[in-house]
Amino acid sequence: MYDKIFYGNKGYWTWLIFLAGILFIGFLAYLKQFNEGLYITGLSRDVSWGFYIAQFTFLVGVAASAVMVVLPYYLHNYKAFGKITILGEFLAIPAVIMCMTFIFVDMGQPFRILNVFLHPSLKSVMFWDTVALFGYLVLNIFIGFITLGSERKSIAPPKWIKPIIILSIPWAISIHTVTAFLYAGLAARPFWMTAVLAPRFLASAFASGPALLILFVLLLRKLTKFDAGKEAVQKLAVIATYAMCFNVFLILMEVFTAFYSGISEHSVHFKYMFVGVEGHNTLVPWMWTSSILAIITLIFIIPPSSRRNEKTLVFACITLFISIWIDKGMGMIVAGYVPNPLGKVVEYFPTVPELLISLGVYAMGALIITLLYKIALSVKTRVA
Amino acid sequence: MGVDRRNFIKIAGLSTVALVSKPVVDALADIDLPEDSPLEAKRWAMVIDLKKCEANEGCTACIDACHLEHNVPDFKDAKDEIKWIWTEHFEHAFHELDQEYINKELKHLPALVLCNHCDNPPCVRACPTGATFKRDDGIVMMDWHRCIGCRYCLAACPYGSRSFNWRDPKPAIKEEKPNYPTRMRGIVEKCTFCDERLAKGQMPACVDACPVGALVFDDLENPDSIVRKLLAENFTIRRKPGLGTKPEIYYIV
Repeated sequence: MYDKIFYGNKGYWTWLIFLAGILFIGFLAYLKQFNEGLYITGLSRDVSWGFYIAQFTFLVGVAASAVMVVLPYYLHNYKAFGKITILGEFLAIPAVIMCMTFIFVDMGQPFRILNVFLHPSLKSVMFWDTVALFGYLVLNIFIGFITLGSERKSIAPPKWIKPIIILSIPWAISIHTVTAFLYAGLAARPFWMTAVLAPRFLASAFASGPALLILFVLLLRKLTKFDAGKEAVQKLAVIATYAMCFNVFLILMEVFTAFYSGISEHSVHFKYMFVGVEGHNTLVPWMWTSSILAIITLIFIIPPSSRRNEKTLVFACITLFISIWIDKGMGMIVAGYVPNPLGKVVEYFPTVPELLISLGVYAMGALIITLLYKIALSVKTRVA
Repeated sequence: MGVDRRNFIKIAGLSTVALVSKPVVDALADIDLPEDSPLEAKRWAMVIDLKKCEANEGCTACIDACHLEHNVPDFKDAKDEIKWIWTEHFEHAFHELDQEYINKELKHLPALVLCNHCDNPPCVRACPTGATFKRDDGIVMMDWHRCIGCRYCLAACPYGSRSFNWRDPKPAIKEEKPNYPTRMRGIVEKCTFCDERLAKGQMPACVDACPVGALVFDDLENPDSIVRKLLAENFTIRRKPGLGTKPEIYYIV
């Protein structure tokens, strides 16, 4: 089944070469950063984490969202997800690999990264996050290929894989929870130090992940012979709807707590995001775009009539995805640093090399997912 | 009782070790040990008298001494800045004490800030490799060779006391001191309470350099120490005490 990655039409090869090209440009940009230092990014002593770590955070959510197809299928025996479970697991693999790459490109001394395992510090959330991510990657590779291999032979998956699949469910929750703990445990950053950070991360993950999966499934139906079925798409849409509602609800909880309590340490970060502080307002247009897109999403995805219409559903999935990407990939991390703990406003915006490196990482992820989906679909369409 | 075989071998072995080790011990004895014995404490702490500091307006003796001694680079761009000890306006150093009609002098009082060497340091908890650790005497230390440059400690420090080497520091070092290591690009650094000077029996460079004696460094656990005397006699404050970090730098304002 692995050899199928070498057989494809012209469009397939053009797409692969296109991605490889972007990956190469990103790699060149990384070489520059590697040789000259992280000063070529927009980061500073005041905003010391930025675009890379934000992408990492967002993608942990995408990875964790695989549980939204695994859980109904394996725990509730929801048959309609039978065809797309593998797509969820194969989405998680490149998502985790991208997470790790974003962490890697953010390191000041990347060649020392194994010190995390050579000198593990059990009190550090970062150590546990590394463990959680590695474990999740291994679980998904294992589960994905074992179940796919059985399907190819038209036999039931081996019995011993079932407990491992069950384990992957809480493990998926754990990766995003521990990632939230990275931030929520820091007394220095009041914006992140909120008990709803992990629930918020999970809600936004379970909205953006299934939305992305819907887009993939519909795209695959157009490009290939693979059809996941209307029911699966609609069920994913319902999951995304509930999760998005919950996500917006949790954001409003944060706003209430910050503003009604009147504690300026908390509210000042929201002010920075939505109106700007002391004339600094880099994030303002982004955050309003994210909020407006979230409202548009809800308007289109909540009413059953527009959710069942695939055209409006696709539109809502795109707005949902962009809204959450801006919230997590642009706002969340940077706003925690501005103003800094001394009350000074030092802004941040990613630089061109920083964006090229990030684009390269995303191209790598797209490349991996293309190859994985090619393998999965070769089995799926042949068996069908 | 006679000497049995086992005891004979024991005695013979020990004698051999003693004979062989004599020259080694002699050689070690020849090594120049520092003349002063190291300064030791159960818990190091510092009191900074901002009134004395303010009276000597424009003085940067402690900052210059520290940064010169430790090969701290001087970058023109604030984005790349590395600093171990520096001044902040009172309203920033004591952000939570700022108020609208605060005494004018106080508002712009240049408050000297450095690593607080917290008793409960959040940076140590955050560090995934143990590159930042707390010594038994309370000093929050750094192993620059172990640091992977993840900057989680920068996120965890509520005082902005940590600096990251965004670019190669060497070209920006004004006058390189050969007896202190320079750092490399991609790692974090900060004040170490001059552990290298303490080991030689010297006070930290900033304390030694202060012309008005505004910085006092001593053992907090010793009831007879100068730090304890100052704390008992003056109203002192610490930065962000509510966070539970227990900073070991006290300010007289």
